[in-house]
Amino acid sequence: MRKIGVFVCHCGLNIAGTVDVKRVAERCAEIPGVVHSEDYSYMCSDPGQNLIAEAIEEKDLEGIVVAACSPTMHEPTFRAAAEAAGLNPYQVQMANIREQCSWVHPDDEEEATRKAEGIVGAAVEKVRRDEPLVPHEIPITKKAMVVGGGITGMQAALDIADAGYPVILVEREATIGGRMAQLSETFPTLDCASCILTPKMAEVGRHPLIELMAYSEVEEVSGSVGNFRVRVRQKPTYVDWDACMGCMQCQQQCPSEVESEFERGLGTKKAIGVDFPQAIPNRPKIDPEHCAHLRGDFCWLCSRSCPVDAIDYEQEERIVEEEVGAIVLSTGYDMLPQEVLGEYGYGKYPDVIDSMAFERMKSSSGPTGGEIRRPSDGEIPKEVVFIQCAGSRDPDKGQSYCSKICCMYTAKHATLYHHSVPDGQAYIFYTDVRAGGKGYEEFVQRTVEEDNALYLRGRVSRVYPEGDKILVKGVDTLSDENVEIHADLVVLATAVTPRTDAREMARIFNVGTDEHGFLNEAHIKLRPVETTTPGVYVAGAVRGPRDISDAAAEASGAASKVAMLLSREEMETDPLIAEVDEGDCSGCLWCVAACPFDAIEEKYLTRRVGDREVSRRVVEVNVGVCQGCGACTVACRDGAMNLKGYKDEQILAEVESICLIAGSQQ
Amino acid sequence: MSDSWQPTIVAFACQWCTYAGADLAGTSRIPYPPSVRVIKVPCSARVDPSFVIRAFQRGADGVLVSGCHPGDCHYMEGNYLTRRRFSLAKPFMSYLGLEPGRVRVEWISAAEGQRFAEIVREMTGDIRALGPNRKMRERL
Repeated sequence: MRKIGVFVCHCGLNIAGTVDVKRVAERCAEIPGVVHSEDYSYMCSDPGQNLIAEAIEEKDLEGIVVAACSPTMHEPTFRAAAEAAGLNPYQVQMANIREQCSWVHPDDEEEATRKAEGIVGAAVEKVRRDEPLVPHEIPITKKAMVVGGGITGMQAALDIADAGYPVILVEREATIGGRMAQLSETFPTLDCASCILTPKMAEVGRHPLIELMAYSEVEEVSGSVGNFRVRVRQKPTYVDWDACMGCMQCQQQCPSEVESEFERGLGTKKAIGVDFPQAIPNRPKIDPEHCAHLRGDFCWLCSRSCPVDAIDYEQEERIVEEEVGAIVLSTGYDMLPQEVLGEYGYGKYPDVIDSMAFERMKSSSGPTGGEIRRPSDGEIPKEVVFIQCAGSRDPDKGQSYCSKICCMYTAKHATLYHHSVPDGQAYIFYTDVRAGGKGYEEFVQRTVEEDNALYLRGRVSRVYPEGDKILVKGVDTLSDENVEIHADLVVLATAVTPRTDAREMARIFNVGTDEHGFLNEAHIKLRPVETTTPGVYVAGAVRGPRDISDAAAEASGAASKVAMLLSREEMETDPLIAEVDEGDCSGCLWCVAACPFDAIEEKYLTRRVGDREVSRRVVEVNVGVCQGCGACTVACRDGAMNLKGYKDEQILAEVESICLIAGSQQ
Repeated sequence: MSDSWQPTIVAFACQWCTYAGADLAGTSRIPYPPSVRVIKVPCSARVDPSFVIRAFQRGADGVLVSGCHPGDCHYMEGNYLTRRRFSLAKPFMSYLGLEPGRVRVEWISAAEGQRFAEIVREMTGDIRALGPNRKMRERL
């Protein structure tokens, strides 16, 4: 029988004021196997820890119970003390007789003492069955992957690469830059977005440690923290990017002009080419839906114009396997689709546009060359109505949340509009103006005071055309008056939404989402860039609406987490994980279905019987992936699966001890 | 049964939510009857319904299985498994003859010290009214 030591702490009077600690120590000494039992005023103090160390060394203890506070308080302290004295730290159990006993039963010393005896007794039975455990050491692949090449992903990739680790940056579109590349100016300083973004894009493109995989998507992820295997699908661009020099002769020659999603429907693009001139990589792709050649027509204009013969109409998609130690997800956001906002005539009337279209209009490289013009007739609008919360803070539309950035960009739009059209009038319908951020409130005040924007608190009820104007009917809830504005242009601050395929991505990377589809962090306040899957980090608008400053800060936060992980040669993992007895396992795979982390895999055992090979299916626990929840142990029909530190026999021994001691006390 | 009789309630508490909630009841000094003995498990999904039956066999008068609120599981979906398992196991135990008030499955968060104390109070009262459990009992 293993030799157990019990150490009962007084915690001053916190425990000893209610529980008869001497009696608890005496009773515990009677439990078979307990060869040492004592009490002391403060076990966590240096003299207290020395008592424990001396007893471990003198009596060769093979397990100790410290009856004191909650394990969340001092379990690490006592595990370290035990380890220093030569006892395995996983052969230490805390018996919580403070938070769960003396503090909640202050008026009944007898009952509190009986309960303490029960708690300590159960801990003795548990620790008796604790095996010495060692954390697993697994090597780390010193390389990271960042998924999503907007401002967040670029910042994360640059920070990780600058820390000295290779990074693969995967981007779905043919160029990095993301949403920020569509913007004109940025609040609260009115820097031009391209002026601060494109140098960063170029830096990403030329960084020796960043490998850019543009026009690619992640298909599948396996493995675990430190050693992920990622399958990436490189979509066909029909252009040999290695041969191409980026002269864009092809784009000039292409006869197919189509509506551009990048320009939010306000402009066109060619069936071959780049979305914007500063694209990185600066390489064209063919849009197969609109390319005359790929649709079967007789057209070789791009191919003929190419000086290096880089056009390849036969190109096919490629699957690439990469190994990385850590992953950052920064795939950003979408905007509420047109059909959800029918009442504003969005998608029906050309002069009702969304904010991103306004950004393109204001962009000097955009479809109107930076001039604000009505899409219907190209006139300069003299009355512009901005409608905030178009879909946001509206549970009926599915977005109960605040999109956070709209108050600021609408103020920015009104300011930019006033700068472009000084004799025009901007009206802003708002719910509340939320301008929390450095310099934000001051910016909004300037929009009102210097740029003459008229803020109307209230919602818009109807928007419909009247002559060549758009009639906007709403109510100003501060003056309680109905408002009608004959507008030339209506701009909707449409809600920020998760990417339409965010849930699919969450499944691929095994990350949780909130009810809307934004990815969940491990802890909203204290672990904001980690996820519940170790080694997978999140940053930026993939977590929820964010402005550029917040997104960049989170990107650097995630990058530093990645650098911390990759800076180690090997990684220790918690040994309290599931283990399977292959002899008892029947290979039914019920545990596989119960595991929330895909940590259990099937495998086959083969052995020779006579001259035949017999193979049998069992399961195997991936020690790097298992989080130790124990769901599989209950699912296991053979009793073959167990959780270290919480084995069936340990929990049952606790149950029996509790019932036995309680019964003897009746 | 008299008010002085102290039933034995075995509580399986997940370490992330309910165990921390029970600790909070302590740090907030919210008193509750000394009837309950907590067994810490990583997740409520670690609680095999057979542990519950064993507790009754050995003389427990009530069993509480408690974890994080649905949607809050540290392991993402562990408590959904608990909910499914016990939505089968509870009616079965009642069919075997255990009064429904003796087995409870509750979601108690790390912030709900008050709720932990209330549930222990309620269960203790209900079980006092039922009296000691005799079904399946086999004292060692």
